[in-house]
Amino acid sequence: MKVTLENVTKKFPSRTKNSPDVIAVNKFDFEFPDGKLIALLGPSGCGKSTTLNLISGLLKATEGKVFFGDDDVTELAAEKRGVGLVFQNYALYPHLTVRQNILFPLQNLRGKDKMSKAEMNSKAEEIARLVQVDKLMERKPNELSGGQQQRVAIARALVKMPKVLLLDEPLSNLDARLRLQTREEIRRIQKETRITTVFVTHDQDEAMSISDMIVVMRDGVVQQTGLPQEVYDNPDNLFVAQFLGTPPISVFDGTVKDGSLYIGNDKVLDGVCADNANVTVGIRPEGYILKEDGALCCKLRTVEVMGRDISVVSSNDFAKSADIRSIISSENKVDTSKEYVRFNLRREKVFLFDKENGKRIRFCSEKGGVENNG
Amino acid sequence: MDKKSPKALLYLLPSLLFLGVFLVYPLIDVFVYSFEEGYNSASQTSFGTGLYNYSYVLHDPYFLQALKNTFILVIITVPLSTILSLVISLGLSSIKAVRNLFQTVYFLPYVTNTLAVGLVFMILFKPTAYSDGLVNLLINTFGGQSVDFISGPYWAKMFVLCFYTIWIVMPFKILILTSALASVNKDYYNAAKIDGTSKTRTFFRITLPMISPMIFYLVITGFIGAFKAYSDAVALFGTDLNTQGMNTIVGYVYDMLYGNSGGYPSYASAAAIILFAIVLTVTCINLIVSKKNVHY
Repeated sequence: MKVTLENVTKKFPSRTKNSPDVIAVNKFDFEFPDGKLIALLGPSGCGKSTTLNLISGLLKATEGKVFFGDDDVTELAAEKRGVGLVFQNYALYPHLTVRQNILFPLQNLRGKDKMSKAEMNSKAEEIARLVQVDKLMERKPNELSGGQQQRVAIARALVKMPKVLLLDEPLSNLDARLRLQTREEIRRIQKETRITTVFVTHDQDEAMSISDMIVVMRDGVVQQTGLPQEVYDNPDNLFVAQFLGTPPISVFDGTVKDGSLYIGNDKVLDGVCADNANVTVGIRPEGYILKEDGALCCKLRTVEVMGRDISVVSSNDFAKSADIRSIISSENKVDTSKEYVRFNLRREKVFLFDKENGKRIRFCSEKGGVENNG
Repeated sequence: MDKKSPKALLYLLPSLLFLGVFLVYPLIDVFVYSFEEGYNSASQTSFGTGLYNYSYVLHDPYFLQALKNTFILVIITVPLSTILSLVISLGLSSIKAVRNLFQTVYFLPYVTNTLAVGLVFMILFKPTAYSDGLVNLLINTFGGQSVDFISGPYWAKMFVLCFYTIWIVMPFKILILTSALASVNKDYYNAAKIDGTSKTRTFFRITLPMISPMIFYLVITGFIGAFKAYSDAVALFGTDLNTQGMNTIVGYVYDMLYGNSGGYPSYASAAAIILFAIVLTVTCINLIVSKKNVHY
């Protein structure tokens, strides 16, 4: 079932009289497509968990409407919406066994949905098999590992076949290895059940790797939505560009003069037909090509070998951060005795942003056509 | 550090010494006295040893009355005060506006002087030259007959004693239960809400198990406290509890030692040991029951 948020705003009243209300979510307008895995991505405090709770019904929207399919559920209480929610700390009932935890939502069903004991049990076991906790049914939550608890929490949310599955920072309590494993698991479970799933994360890696779509948020405002790769390749603003990608994008002060882009005195790109102006330049780490007579000259600091790739750490007076990380294939050899290293830039990995508001400035190709503006 | 190191023992010595002198030694002493017939604390002599003290105490109608009173008191006040406290705590945790005011009001009895409380109960129940007490005034307005709560029928006196006991133990229970309720993670309630759990089911399947350790603690201490009741009865009915028929076991022990008919440390010791045995048994039963029902 698709979920639509129409201009949803959530304000929290201020604690003191003089301070303004806190706007946690500001005019959120997006349709979560049916049967997809969608990530709400943003730094902490950006309103992504609030958005999730607005979908779940635990919070009521101050303005705007929430639709499940074509039904307006804005005024519907959480228990009537039919959503499954996995909490950040899992919130498994500690005094109940895994089986009892999974059965819990089923035992709540009343009226025509009421199930017999046998039905409930077979349903619970079916779900337990799906998330692979069927061998742990008689254990208590504190006898499970973090990853197992996570699966039980997902099973509990799934067992009543919710219209929407919501996951609040599902991987944040797991260690690095388990995180990788569990995110694949979430992907698999979502694909098998085909339930529209929304999950909240601050980890762009996590969002990029498993979701069908990402929604990047900042300060309660949606910055950009789209396929993960598209958003990465084509950020709408500096924030999105900086938030996505590891290592992060490197940012420079640059100038556009007579159709060329300059970083300091280095003329790094031709055919930039933006207005002559000062701009912010973002270059993805993979956008650097090592070349002896390259356009961009940086001071070499260290070279980190990472097996398949090498990471060249350098600095530039016009860069906004101390280090510039560029990832180049390990076939290249970097002469570490030299003081400077020179790069050419891959055009599609270079983004220009307005110096004032951080908005993307598209540059056109040599032929004058607008290039790749998604 | 080595567990058997003499240094460790040295550190423990002060507390061991105090506990030994003021707790363990008297306990053993009481146990010994209870088997010594006609022990005289002044001359430190006795007629002999045997079970005579126990037999005397168990055949003493005053002791049997005290035993009965204590049991009634325990059976009525412990469950009732715990349930009432739970209901009030639930109420307190579901209101926001004047919660602090109510919390203070409910906690007042705990910090009020016992004598002041006694005075309040006198106004409520004690007949004077001018009135039969506030409660009787109420009964009269509804067309009932005045009841003498202080020296009247047994059930009336028992009612006042239970009422008083419940009232006096509730503040502490409310305090403990309100904080126990507040410490239950809100996510459990949110999870239950998302799953459409009814209010009653949420209470019995989530809230109650979550706070069960605290309830269990209150029940055990409540039992022990009620078995040791004495001062409450004195505050209400004066020191001559035997004639009032409102004595408790601890009251009986006290009377045997220092009361008008006192001076019998052997009988007092035997009664004390009987009380000890009862409390021990009840606590053990509590522990066994709780193993099955208390979570964590």
